[in-house]
Amino acid sequence: MSNLGANPAASEGGGPDPRQAGPSPWDDAVLAAVLMTVDPVGTGGVCLRSLAGPVRDQWLTIMRDLQPEGSPLKRVPLHVTDGRLLGGLDLAATLNAGRPIAERGLLVEADGGVVELAMAERIAPGTAARLSMAFDSGEVVLERDGLAMRTPSNFAIVALDEGVGEDEGLLNALLDRLAFHLELTYVRVHEAIACDYEVEEIVAARARLPEVTITDDQVESLCGIALALGIPSLRASIFACAAARAHAALEERTEVTEADLAVAGRLVLAPRATQLPPMEPPDDEPPPPEPEEPQEPEENQSNEQQEPQELDDKILEATKAAIPAGLLAQLQMGKLQRSRARASGKAGAVQNAPSRGRPAGVLRGEPRHGQRMNVVETLRAAAPWQRLRREERARVGRESSRIEVRQDDFRITRFKHKSETTTIFVVDASGSSALHRLAEAKGAVELLLADCYVRRDKVALVAFRGKAAEVLLPPTRSLVRAKRSLAGLPGGGGTPLASGIDLGMMLADSVQRRGGTPVLIVMTDGRANVARDGTGGRARAGEEATAAARVVRSLEITSLVIDTSPRPQQQGKDLAAEMGAVYLPLPHADATSLNQAVRATSR
Amino acid sequence: MPIPFPFSAVVAQEEMKRSLLIAAIDPSIGGVLVFGDRGTGKSTAIRGLAALLPKMQAVDCTYNCDPDAGDEALCAECREKRAKGMTLKGRKVQVPVVDLPLGATEDRVIGALDLERALTKGEKAFEPGLLARAHRGFLYIDEVNLLEDHLVDSLLDVAASGENLVEREGLSVRHPARFVLVGSGNPEEGELRPQLQDRFGLSVEVTTPTDLPTRMKVVRLRDEFERDRAAFVQKWKSKDGKVRRLIEKGRALLPEVKVPDKTLEQAGKLCIKLGTDGLRGELTLIRAARGLAALKGDKEVTVDHLKEIATSALRHRLRRDPLDESGSTSRVERAVQELFGE
Repeated sequence: MSNLGANPAASEGGGPDPRQAGPSPWDDAVLAAVLMTVDPVGTGGVCLRSLAGPVRDQWLTIMRDLQPEGSPLKRVPLHVTDGRLLGGLDLAATLNAGRPIAERGLLVEADGGVVELAMAERIAPGTAARLSMAFDSGEVVLERDGLAMRTPSNFAIVALDEGVGEDEGLLNALLDRLAFHLELTYVRVHEAIACDYEVEEIVAARARLPEVTITDDQVESLCGIALALGIPSLRASIFACAAARAHAALEERTEVTEADLAVAGRLVLAPRATQLPPMEPPDDEPPPPEPEEPQEPEENQSNEQQEPQELDDKILEATKAAIPAGLLAQLQMGKLQRSRARASGKAGAVQNAPSRGRPAGVLRGEPRHGQRMNVVETLRAAAPWQRLRREERARVGRESSRIEVRQDDFRITRFKHKSETTTIFVVDASGSSALHRLAEAKGAVELLLADCYVRRDKVALVAFRGKAAEVLLPPTRSLVRAKRSLAGLPGGGGTPLASGIDLGMMLADSVQRRGGTPVLIVMTDGRANVARDGTGGRARAGEEATAAARVVRSLEITSLVIDTSPRPQQQGKDLAAEMGAVYLPLPHADATSLNQAVRATSR
Repeated sequence: MPIPFPFSAVVAQEEMKRSLLIAAIDPSIGGVLVFGDRGTGKSTAIRGLAALLPKMQAVDCTYNCDPDAGDEALCAECREKRAKGMTLKGRKVQVPVVDLPLGATEDRVIGALDLERALTKGEKAFEPGLLARAHRGFLYIDEVNLLEDHLVDSLLDVAASGENLVEREGLSVRHPARFVLVGSGNPEEGELRPQLQDRFGLSVEVTTPTDLPTRMKVVRLRDEFERDRAAFVQKWKSKDGKVRRLIEKGRALLPEVKVPDKTLEQAGKLCIKLGTDGLRGELTLIRAARGLAALKGDKEVTVDHLKEIATSALRHRLRRDPLDESGSTSRVERAVQELFGE
């Protein structure tokens, strides 16, 4: 998919070009790099969403070239150890030298510069938590291995998010702390040209920054826009102010002007928008993207009431124009819709960190990646060699310590981490019995959720009817969210069984890639009559459903087919056989017996 | 050392601030759970509070023991010293705030064998974990609802008993670990196990302010703070000082605050009406009301105190009903209204 020139836009399946008139996304991306460099502490940094490629490389080169001389740039690899990140004791070196050898942390080394996070979408929550902590407090706190140290360190983060689809991305906790969210996926190579800014300009802007003032009215309009766009986090407004001031400093002004606010709105607020501002656009303006998407009427009303009167129209327009097209549609359709376009070939990559869970045996290996050394076993491994080693040391004239432990003696404890189960319901919402069946599935999901927070499992719900399938409830263990998603379940129409199985499988696959265990529950009568492309025809629909079922079997996903037809027939049984699933005819499925069946399967 | 944002400059979020202050006055209340949106000042408030708390007397040992405490609340080292007839010398230290990051390994949390000393010198020594550092201070867990189960298990045990018992790798260590547990998280991202939820004394729901003036004020203050931290903190020093004196006064007053039988009865009625499990709810409600009275400088706990604190003390203890649409906050409010009227 990454052909020369045409960067992964192809993965979007030929949708409309989301670029807007006005400053190109590339120019904005460069501007974000400049503003981040002008005020690294105030803006936090950049989340750069794009696959690796020439465009991203070009951006990174520009960003690096913009850094004033002497400011460090540190790249943090995905599986960075705590010792390397925060600093600590280098155990192997310590043993070799016979005296404590400290390791300096990357975050301390990056003081005054930039930290680049590679493959940020896969970063472990623990690492993200440590980064956030250092970020919030402006210091790196080291309290490990008997060393306790606090080192002030201020840095900006450039997170390279290679996530594809809505279900992959930088952790929200970290994303919220970065001012600029850039998407370079749609930028073509020939657009990614050099930048016009010089390091000297940035140095001058940095010096000017403390003097830049912003008026109350300007703060008000930034806050108002954030509110109108449905951005709950206050960090966004704070970042917008910082970005406006940085831009003013860059333009050699000491007062923030409307142009600065427009830039702040475009770069900081627009990518975070969750709703369109509820005000009517002027007639002569082009319509905002996706105006036909109906918004929830209640929300609209309450927003209108709260809506501040003195919103700065120009800034709002500029911000609105920068909202990616289709964003709102995605938000409304649930986050998982885009994962249909996901590239394959990443399967089985994610393994849960083996440093958690219950101990399960001992391995030979180094205490890296936060793994715990098993001291007793290490000493046991070293014991037989003590005399030899001491003699050896004496021969080269080095003093020996009381115990001679070498790197090959290291033993680490292996942990077994019970992987989390995600139960995915794929429910047939077609035809006349749909309402009843859906109600049962709903009941079962809620019953499962009710004991979910004891077992720490997740539940998801996919429904198919009419021409396509949709994710009604992405994997969650949150009752709050489940109730909201389940509230309005539509029913009726044809039976696109293949699409339903496909979508359920995709969910299952993404659960598997994260190290979880999916269980697929398909509730249907097995009588497909709509093909994947939405056209009718029993024969083709049936073939496709069979093909989809075979893929499920090949992925070895634990599955259960519940036949809900009044008189169970051969089709359901065949489907289960193709899927390698347990077959359960349950013509009068009620929530309780469903729940029991599901629990029996997942065990 | 970087300067935290002053507690008194945190805008709005009155319920959260009040709950944190009550927990600071009476640490035995069992901590505060803050659930709500991102970027609402949760971490800012807790870090700011720790910075303004009156400094405490602590022995120069690993666990910051209280030199005036009874033997049972001392660590082994200090107990030994006292047994030998030595007086424990205290020094003024800042109240510790310890972050428990997600993904922390169990031995980092509860402590483990000191690897370096074991391997280089062959000594068996205990390396204290985060729980030891949090003794007499605050243990802050951001995204507590995403914390792993085995960590939650060890936390529950320690929070309940006030001491940490380590039996592993040939070590047998017991040390005091009394701390105020402060957890925060977003319920949209996952539920908290009921057992852990129940351990928190008070539970607060924060929402992001939706009115423009409040939001503006937050942004303005933050902007001012970022531009010159030292000057900003200096500006708010007297207000922070006021809060500190409020805590000091409340702590002094707390032992004198009386709970009349009538108030006890009312608290009992409220808990029965709401059907809270066990006695913990009732106990916390009374304690919290007492803390609130002390904070306000009142010597007697009245129904008004109960009314004010009931939601924070009880909303997380109601039995979950997945089919009930109304939130637990409104259930408590309704019960309070029905019982005590307006």
